Amino acid sequence: MAAAAEPVLRVVAECAQSRARAGELRLPHGTVPCPVFMPVGTAGTAKGITAAQLEALGCGLCLGNTFHLGARPGAELVRRAGGLHRFMDWPHNLLTDSGGFQMVSLAALAEVSEVGVRFRTPWGDDEVLLTPERSIAIQNALGADIVMQLDDVVSSTETGPRVEEAMMRSVRWLDRSVAAHSLPQRQRLFAIIQGGLDPDLRRRCIREMTQRAVCGFAIGGLSGGEEKSAFWRAVKCSAELLPPNKPRYLMGVGYPTDLVVCVALGCDMFDCVFPTRTARFGSALVPEGSLQLKNRRFAKDFRPIDERCSCPTCQRHSRAFLHALLRTETAALHHISLHNIAYQLGLMAAIRRSIVERRFPSFVRGFLRERYGGTPGGTPEWVRDALRSVGIEVE
Amino acid sequence: AEIHDVLEEYKEGAAKFVGMPDTVLYCSLYDPVAPCPPGYNTNKTVSLWGSSGRMELTASKFMDIQRAIQPDWFQCISDGDTISGEVSRKRVKRSVDRSLSFLDECLQLLEKSPELQGSVMFGAIEGGDVLEERLRSARETAKRPVGGFLLDGFQGSAMAKETKLKLIASVIAELPEDKPRIIHGVGKPDDVLECIERGVDIFESFFPFQVTERGCALVFNYNYNPDSEAADLKQNKAQDVEKNGAEEDQDEISKADAEMTPFEIFLKDKRYQDDFGPVLEGCTCYCCQRHTRAYVHHLLVTNELLAGVLLMMHNFQHYFSFFSAIRDALRDNKLDQLKELVFRQALQGLAKAKPGQ
Repeated sequence: MAAAAEPVLRVVAECAQSRARAGELRLPHGTVPCPVFMPVGTAGTAKGITAAQLEALGCGLCLGNTFHLGARPGAELVRRAGGLHRFMDWPHNLLTDSGGFQMVSLAALAEVSEVGVRFRTPWGDDEVLLTPERSIAIQNALGADIVMQLDDVVSSTETGPRVEEAMMRSVRWLDRSVAAHSLPQRQRLFAIIQGGLDPDLRRRCIREMTQRAVCGFAIGGLSGGEEKSAFWRAVKCSAELLPPNKPRYLMGVGYPTDLVVCVALGCDMFDCVFPTRTARFGSALVPEGSLQLKNRRFAKDFRPIDERCSCPTCQRHSRAFLHALLRTETAALHHISLHNIAYQLGLMAAIRRSIVERRFPSFVRGFLRERYGGTPGGTPEWVRDALRSVGIEVE
Repeated sequence: AEIHDVLEEYKEGAAKFVGMPDTVLYCSLYDPVAPCPPGYNTNKTVSLWGSSGRMELTASKFMDIQRAIQPDWFQCISDGDTISGEVSRKRVKRSVDRSLSFLDECLQLLEKSPELQGSVMFGAIEGGDVLEERLRSARETAKRPVGGFLLDGFQGSAMAKETKLKLIASVIAELPEDKPRIIHGVGKPDDVLECIERGVDIFESFFPFQVTERGCALVFNYNYNPDSEAADLKQNKAQDVEKNGAEEDQDEISKADAEMTPFEIFLKDKRYQDDFGPVLEGCTCYCCQRHTRAYVHHLLVTNELLAGVLLMMHNFQHYFSFFSAIRDALRDNKLDQLKELVFRQALQGLAKAKPGQ
């Protein structure tokens, strides 16, 4: 049995027009307001940021990656350390994914069958067979608050019978995951809806998976290079069919605009490497878009990245300083990562506040105006279509 | 120098620009970590290297830059190109002559620089490894109204340690008591103590940075007070040093940086994989309060940026606390005890090294 006694999601407010909702996730390491963005800490750390810094930004839930941690340092070592929370000194909530996504991103090394996925890690170790049972066992050892089933992930640009095969297999793997989960009271198991861009497959998958006793549902297999118009439709269709009383986790999303749209479509939880990955190239996130701090125009710009931002980077440092630092020091990446994560967390908080205060649609319009107001063409068509489909008109 | 124009426009000085407005800022000529190619200085210029290549500075340009930086203290531009060893006597003499000439020119420019009225200029004492030249440089520099003295040219490994220490002592004997003496590129705790005994006051901290860069953590004991707490720490350290030298770990040690000293542990070593204790028992830094050796080991193995962040915090705290202990020892007249403790650890490490090293 995989469902804990108490439901995870408590809805606090709902947007009258769109499908957006604000709520709370009740988790073993504390309550987390949602919609929520989860920073990714692949190997137990978010790219040079300390646990204290992440906590100070208001993060209450972040992500650890089972594939990487299972290889290095290994589940057994983390268990001996007292679990991932103690290993990385994170007193708040953690979510571990199943290791399945790496199947798509490291496809050359993976071979999928009904049993599981056969990998060779990028670090040249022996072959590893990741089964639903093994993934759950690793995640049990890691001890995250939310654990994910192993799913058979195919690229969203894949077509043909493989998509359906992967979807059906994911259902069977869900059952194996539920059976294998040994700590339902301490760790909340989420299912992952597959089915590619095909609404019919998605519907069938949801019909099956909602019959299983899980604590939440993730929408998987999207945000992998598919056309935006197909992307939002798949998200909307999935979110519509999922039960309202359980959290909806849209995996791998994303960019600020995508977050706003997908909240409108009814999603509650998000994760993405984007803020830290883009920081690596010197790109700082601002309401208008992003600043490419390596660009010479910032050499004498003594303003902070964002004058309205209260993160430590913006409190202390200027664009000019970061520009100079970027030339030689990895420290610059750290400062920018910190800001970018603060930006994403701040955006989610603002979204949530607007839902609670019953002004989400006007928040959305304001967000889009600030971001796309200066660009030729304005707000992208897919964004307008997606929002219109849930009752929000954008000029 | 590379961002001279930026700082000029900024107008408020480098300390504020980098987000450390309340810290005392000392500006040296070179980054002690990055050695400069020899042979580029001239009678009128000194060459510096940055990410965009070589820059030639005259005394005047140098002072322009200092005006933009507005440091609390700064090293006067000097010709210290005697570090690489194999330097002729003539060249050494020239380095002294040039440096004095730079000094006089900068002193004049300093008087005309209102932005630098609050800044203290340190005269650089040159002279390579030639005693006569060192004495000449020291005496002549001491005649000028500098705010302090830099004992330059003692960084690097070309000069024998005995020579270094003798020269430092001889130079300082020529200097006034009431002005500070700074040295670059020192270093290991035992070397630091040797320099302090001879009258050096200020050291810059490239050593903890280097320790961090090679994935190591400083763990040496500087608690010279003979009480039970110290005994425990000593026990801890003895065990660590013991570990560092154990025969069966020869293979693992060989992977560590050749520059590694007996004062540190190499946390990337497999033996720390499941060591759930802090990097150093009793240390109050962020890393030791919140994390384990096993975690730092994991971060090093997976090449995570956080490894360096945590290690740097620890290494700085440890090194600065060492200096605090030095000040206490000087005040309590116990420098000998501290020296004995530190030197014992230096020797223990050497004694356990692989045969033939």
